[in-house]
Amino acid sequence: MSIDTLLNNTGAWMSSSDRDQIVITSRIRLARNLKEYAFPGWGGQEERVRIWLNLRPRLARVPLLQPEIDVGMDELDELDKQILLERHLISREQAEKGKGSGLIIRSDEAVSVMVNEEDHLRIQVLASGMDLRGAWALADELDSQIEAVTEYAFSPDLGYLTSCPTNVGTGMRASVMMHLPGLVLMEEINPIIKGLGKIGLTVRGLWGEGTEATGNMFQVSNQMTLGEKEAEIVGNIEQIAQEIVEHEKNARLRLLEKKELYLHDHVGRAYGILTHAHLLSTKEALDLLSDLRLGVDMGIVSAVDRKTVDELLMLTQPGHLQKMEGRILKPKDRDRIRAKRVREGLSRGEKKQRKHGKSHE
Amino acid sequence: MLCEMCKTQEATVHLTQVVDGSIKKLHLCEACSQKHGFDLQGPISITDILLGMGSQREDKPAATPERSCPRCHMRRTDFKKTGRFGCAACYETFADDLPALLRAMHRTDRHIGKVPAREAARVNATLELTRLQDALEKAIGEENYEEAASIRDRITMCREQLKAS
Repeated sequence: MSIDTLLNNTGAWMSSSDRDQIVITSRIRLARNLKEYAFPGWGGQEERVRIWLNLRPRLARVPLLQPEIDVGMDELDELDKQILLERHLISREQAEKGKGSGLIIRSDEAVSVMVNEEDHLRIQVLASGMDLRGAWALADELDSQIEAVTEYAFSPDLGYLTSCPTNVGTGMRASVMMHLPGLVLMEEINPIIKGLGKIGLTVRGLWGEGTEATGNMFQVSNQMTLGEKEAEIVGNIEQIAQEIVEHEKNARLRLLEKKELYLHDHVGRAYGILTHAHLLSTKEALDLLSDLRLGVDMGIVSAVDRKTVDELLMLTQPGHLQKMEGRILKPKDRDRIRAKRVREGLSRGEKKQRKHGKSHE
Repeated sequence: MLCEMCKTQEATVHLTQVVDGSIKKLHLCEACSQKHGFDLQGPISITDILLGMGSQREDKPAATPERSCPRCHMRRTDFKKTGRFGCAACYETFADDLPALLRAMHRTDRHIGKVPAREAARVNATLELTRLQDALEKAIGEENYEEAASIRDRITMCREQLKAS
């Protein structure tokens, strides 16, 4: 399988089952470095090329990465990078890198390793729904397999040594991506974000560091990496995420109870615009699809299912949209084609749902 | 409000970050924020420049030659500017700066998580060394010199083991 095949398929990570309406994905990221080389940001491109040439064949043989695809950042065009970014397989920082940086990825996209981003290795496990423990178990095993073919920079006192001292220790960032429209509509999200900050957790938007929470998507992750065991950090975030899920469910119930008309109007407007708009920006599409997703989850909209909405959430991103169209689009054309894709997608979803409904009667 | 660094210009850059449960605020003028390698477009972390702030006040004359990493040649000013180390050895080179920095960022300054398999022996030896040193102090305190001598031998062995690994 080549990177093109992967890019032409829709991302596996957004395929959610009925269980996970609120927690969309769980993710573990481990920062690791090689003992003998300067960190990527300091070593210069020649050094980075040496490291990539050294690591690429070794990583390509790691059992848990099979069947793997490995690709250098200089072998990808801007659109490919944009798609990998939208699927959370590379970071913004990695997308800007060229020769000497790369990506090794298992073809199901659940497991990947970025080489020469901020650290020599950034190991990632991405799981659907709430499964941070499972993701950590897999990341731990993958890390041990990589450790067997390289020599990590490690200090008995400080743990895994990272380029930025904010990551030293476990080098682990554990995060859950949550869809919290109920808490946003009930205006209860800010105290929660503040409270999470007080207990050492960070809340970010859909695309990580420095992004705002569009589409009511929030990413909750640990801030500290030193002085706690990985399993404790993971257990702690899972428990907190579970509590946030309960808050969100509660907020949705209260919306129905106290603001039913407002809620129906809010969801109905989103659905109306999505099915009739001829120009949609990325942000508007994301926000409206998020509202529609809430309507589907609460049974207010039954004409489409959540899978249709989740697919559109991914396919309306600029990279995916242009890949589907097979060419680079100007922003104005993008908004027109995005709106067209959304109208078509929802209409197909409605047909599918009607057929599905009939077969049940 | 005046800039907390130069104390002359009006502060126009205001940063807030939650570090270990408490809110830290920093008010800077445009020039100082730029001078300290502060990219306003990029992700912001006060902790990245905590170090820079401290030294501004302390070592203004800067008479002593600047410390730099023997392996990757990163200088202390380079680290202050970027907030990133140059290589693994920098953690030893700049060990003096670390405790304050790590305390601001983390729960403690000691790793208790996963240990790579090939490092396990070294980590165990380090733990054993700490344990033996405590035992030695205790033995000396109790004037149990025979015991102390035997512990000292084990400490020497443990040190050699650590050196070899």
